[in-house]
Amino acid sequence: MAKDKFEEALKKLEELVKKMESGDLALDDSLKAFEEGIRLIRFCTGKLDEAERRVEILLKDDKGDIAPAPFPRDEGNAA
Amino acid sequence: MQDVWTVSQLSEHIKTLLEARFETLWVEGEISNLRRPGSGHSYFTLKDDRSQIRAVIFRSAQKLPFDLEDGLHIACRARLTVYAPRGDYQLIIDRVEPRGLGALQKAFEQLKAKLQAEGLFDEGNKKPLPFLPKRIGVITSPTGAVIRDILQVTGRRFPAISILIAPVRVQGPEAPPEIIKAIGILQKQHDIDVIILARGGGSLEDLHTFNTEEVARAVFRSPIPIVSAIGHETDFTITDFAADLRAPTPSAAAEMVVPSRDQLCRQIDGCYWRLLQVQRRLATRRREKLTEATKRLKSPDRILSDFRMTIDDHQDKLTLSMNRALTARSLDLGYLKTRLAQAGPGDSIEKSRMIVACRQQQLVTEMRNCLKEDRHAMDRQLIALQNLSPLGVLQRGYSITRRLPEGTIVKSVDTLAAGDHIDVQVALGNIRARVENVI
Repeated sequence: MAKDKFEEALKKLEELVKKMESGDLALDDSLKAFEEGIRLIRFCTGKLDEAERRVEILLKDDKGDIAPAPFPRDEGNAA
Repeated sequence: MQDVWTVSQLSEHIKTLLEARFETLWVEGEISNLRRPGSGHSYFTLKDDRSQIRAVIFRSAQKLPFDLEDGLHIACRARLTVYAPRGDYQLIIDRVEPRGLGALQKAFEQLKAKLQAEGLFDEGNKKPLPFLPKRIGVITSPTGAVIRDILQVTGRRFPAISILIAPVRVQGPEAPPEIIKAIGILQKQHDIDVIILARGGGSLEDLHTFNTEEVARAVFRSPIPIVSAIGHETDFTITDFAADLRAPTPSAAAEMVVPSRDQLCRQIDGCYWRLLQVQRRLATRRREKLTEATKRLKSPDRILSDFRMTIDDHQDKLTLSMNRALTARSLDLGYLKTRLAQAGPGDSIEKSRMIVACRQQQLVTEMRNCLKEDRHAMDRQLIALQNLSPLGVLQRGYSITRRLPEGTIVKSVDTLAAGDHIDVQVALGNIRARVENVI
């Protein structure tokens, strides 16, 4: 699942920041790490910014087949 | 209708009537007088507080979900039969369900032990939930608080995640097959990566669906991970044990399944700021080091002038010490010269030279004189010698006769004979002659 890449990216980001905070990285290593960190942040933020939400319910149609249909939002359901 | 029935006729009639009227029915009551003879069939009386009826479960009947005991309340599906020879009727039961707390509790414990022994509840079999699911399947009643709570919590925590609801009944005998079918349908749907199976609170009887073996097995077998939230926080059903994760309430299930978008954003922001911090700190530290190093770095000019000064310094010292050494040496030389002049031969060499020349002269003179004397001496000897020389005699007219060819000097005539050849040496020249005669 593509979204598990999110978890990997987040873990990588944490480790990278910890490494920078603790260790003595050489100059170009720390620059590379910084760039990679920014790239990971952009990736994760992008995933979180996907907005589309669908709530559906399985219903039997006239033929007796079962298929998803939009779930009506009444006052009992949150937006 | 006839006036007088035989017993058999009556019994026959009763049998027909009853068996036609009660083909298959569900009866509930309490078990008593349970007997299980060696045949494997179970005979007992099913009763309530006022009546009782005989019952039998043949060994060939459907396997019971729990063991029968006296006192258990059950519901059973049965056929009513009349056994004319004995004049009684009984239920032939083919399916039994627990009823009443005691029976339900017993059934629960027995099933739990059985499935646990099979390993259905083992931690090793539980699948991990995805960190960020793409689409959640929810198996629950389509109306009521449960679905509303789940939608509310997921909407609040992470609005972008999609949800597909599989509506089912959550109690009653139709519930288990519907739930099992729903699990199957969700497997076939595209991109559902986690399922929530939920129902609200209720009594043990209400929750019975989730204590059945078939629902538990279907939950266990599902390849998609299932989070179960059945009943209240304190309710534990067999489905809860078989599921990959148990939640105390449907809202809690939604929280377990969906991460908080805000928290993730905060975490990422935090990483961003820490990254900046670290980078700034590192840059500052490096700049400081660079400045420090620059200070300590000398320009080439300074290095050269330092060297120049050192060289001049050495040169001065060298010249100084050289001059000192020279001065000392020339002083020494002066002293030695003086001493030498004082102690040297000087005049005496002249004197000696004169003496030598004098002696030399004397020597030469002496030598000359000696030579003169010697020459005179020699001359005297020479004259003497000349006088004695036979050749001088010859001058006086004498001669030397020699016999030839030998050349021997003749001193007496005896050595000669007539005819011998002789040589006569006179002062001037020689005469060759032949002896004529000897006198």
